[in-house]
Amino acid sequence: MRLGSSPAIDATNLTKRYSEVIAVNSISFQIGNGELFGFLGPNGAGKTTTINLLTGLARLDAGTIKIGGIDCTGNPKAAQHLVGVVPDESNLYPELTGFENLCFCAALYGMRKNERQTRARELLETFGLTDAAERKFAGYSKGMKRKLTFAAGIIHRPPILFLDEPTTGIDVASARQVRQIITNLHRQGTTVFLTTHYIEEAERLCERIAFIVKGKIVKINRTSDLLQPVKGKNVLILSISDSEANVTEALASTFPQYQFQSSVPEQVRIESSGPVNIGPLTRFLEERGIQVTEARRHLPSLEDVFVQVTGIEAGLMLREKEKPGGGGNQ
Amino acid sequence: MKRWIAFWNILAKDMRAYYLKPPNISWGIIFPLAWTGMFFIRSGSGLESVLELLPGVMTISILFGTTSMLAVTITFEKRSRSFERLLLAPISLEQLMLAKTSGAIVFGIVNAFVPVIIAAFLADLSGITWSLVVPAIILIGIVSTFLGLFIAVSVSEIFEAQTFSNFFRFPMIFLCGLFFPIMSLPVFIRPLSYILPVTYGVDILHGAVNGEHILSFTLDFIILGVFCIVLFILSLRNIKRRWIL
Repeated sequence: MRLGSSPAIDATNLTKRYSEVIAVNSISFQIGNGELFGFLGPNGAGKTTTINLLTGLARLDAGTIKIGGIDCTGNPKAAQHLVGVVPDESNLYPELTGFENLCFCAALYGMRKNERQTRARELLETFGLTDAAERKFAGYSKGMKRKLTFAAGIIHRPPILFLDEPTTGIDVASARQVRQIITNLHRQGTTVFLTTHYIEEAERLCERIAFIVKGKIVKINRTSDLLQPVKGKNVLILSISDSEANVTEALASTFPQYQFQSSVPEQVRIESSGPVNIGPLTRFLEERGIQVTEARRHLPSLEDVFVQVTGIEAGLMLREKEKPGGGGNQ
Repeated sequence: MKRWIAFWNILAKDMRAYYLKPPNISWGIIFPLAWTGMFFIRSGSGLESVLELLPGVMTISILFGTTSMLAVTITFEKRSRSFERLLLAPISLEQLMLAKTSGAIVFGIVNAFVPVIIAAFLADLSGITWSLVVPAIILIGIVSTFLGLFIAVSVSEIFEAQTFSNFFRFPMIFLCGLFFPIMSLPVFIRPLSYILPVTYGVDILHGAVNGEHILSFTLDFIILGVFCIVLFILSLRNIKRRWIL
C-alpha cells in the first residue's frame, strides 16, 4: 500500500479535554510520507492521547486530522486501513498462541488465510519468536509479548505506523532488535510516528522530533537542527560531596568563561565553547571544603536540548516513567 | 469481502476462545437440565407438565447463556485493552459489534435446544409449531444478547456486569410469563411484564407449544424486533460515548 503526495499525517489544532484537564492543547504538525517522526515528552504530556486521537480511539474536541490525505476528522474509520498501531501495553489475546494472535490480527484487515499464515510465520521469524509460535500468549515473557504486539501492529504492512513507547520495559537485546526493525521499516518507506521517553532512542532513530509538555508542542524541528545549539560545546559534570552547597554563583563569578548549572543535587554542570580546565575548578571547590568525587566529560546531546527547552530534567522523566504505573495513558 | 473475513474471524475466535470451552459447554447442558428438573419437581405433576415448562426453560437457557457470556467476553476484552484492536480494525462499529454478539446468539440458540432434546425423550413434541418456535428462539437469542451487550457496555468491571445482569435476569424469570402466567400476576405489576422484551418471546413459545398466547404472533415478533433494534442502537451509542472517549 502506497500513500499519495499528501502528507502521511496532517494534524491541525488538535484539542482534547478530559473534564477540567486539557490533555492535548491545540497542537498542529505534519508528517511527510516515509518520515520517522518522534514525539518526546514526560509522563502525562499527551503523547498517547495524541495517538488515540489520530487513530480513532479518542474523540477530538477540536481540530482536524488527515491521514494519507483522507479527512478523518468526523470519521476515524476512513483511514484505519492505512494505519498500524503498537500500543504502550501488550494487548493481544492471552488464550491464543502467538501464531493464532498474528493470524487473527491479519484477518481483522481482511487478509486471506494463506496470506496471513505466510505473513505470520515471516514476522515470527523476524522477531525471533518462531520457537514460541505455538505457545499461548499468556505464557510469554514481557519482552516476547512486546515483540509479538509489535508484529501484530505491522501484520498488514501499514504505510503509517504508530509506535507508543515500543521499547519500554523490555530487555536490552529485545530493545535493540525492536530499534533495528523500526529502522528497517523506515528504510522500506513506512511513515513512523514514535513516542518515547528515551531521548537517546529518539535522537538515534528520528528524523524530526516534537517536544510535548502539558499537552502543548514546545519545540518541533529536524533532529540535526535541534542539536545545532549544543554542537561543539564542551560539557563537564562534577559530582561533589556537599549537596547543600550552592557554589554555582561563586564559581560563575570566579570563572566567567564558563556557564554553571546545578539542577541535580551534588552535581555541577559546566558548559563552555572552549576546553574546560578541571584543575582550577577542583582546587576552588576544595578550598571551600567541597570534595570533587567524580569529573565526567559529557557529550552534548538531544537530552541537553530537551532540558534547555522544556526545563524538565531528563533523568527525572526517566525515573518517573519507570515507577510502577508510570508511562500509562497520557 | 475483506470486512466479512474480519467478521467471520472475530466470530470464530470468540467461539473458540470463549464459547467452546469445556466449562461453558457443561454450563450450557447442566443449566437447562437443572432448571427443568427444578420446575418439574416443584410442579409435582407428571410428564404431561413437560410441555408447559418447555417454553420457560428454553427461554431461561437462552437468557442466562447469552447475558453471562457477553458480560465476560466484552467487559474482559475492554479491561485487557484487546478490544482496542477491534476498534482499530477497518470495519464499522456496527459490523464489529454484530460479529462480537453473533457468538453469544449462536450459543443461546444451541442452549435453547438442550431442553428440547431432553423433552423429546419425555413427551410427545409432534404438536409443536416449529415454524414459530425456531424464529422465536432466534429472536429471543438476539434480544437477550443485545440486552447482555447493553449491560456489558454500560459498566467497566466484569463483576459489575454480572451484578447488573442479575438485576434484569431474575425479575424476568417471574415477570415475563416463563413459569407463571402474566395474568396471574397482581394487576399493578403486569405493566412491568410488558416493558421486558422476553415477555413477547415467551408468549410466542407458549402459543407454539401449548396453543396459549396473549398477543398475536405478528405483534409479538414486531415488538421483539423493535427491542432488538433499540437495544443494539443504545449499545452502540454507549460504546461511542463511554469507550471512544
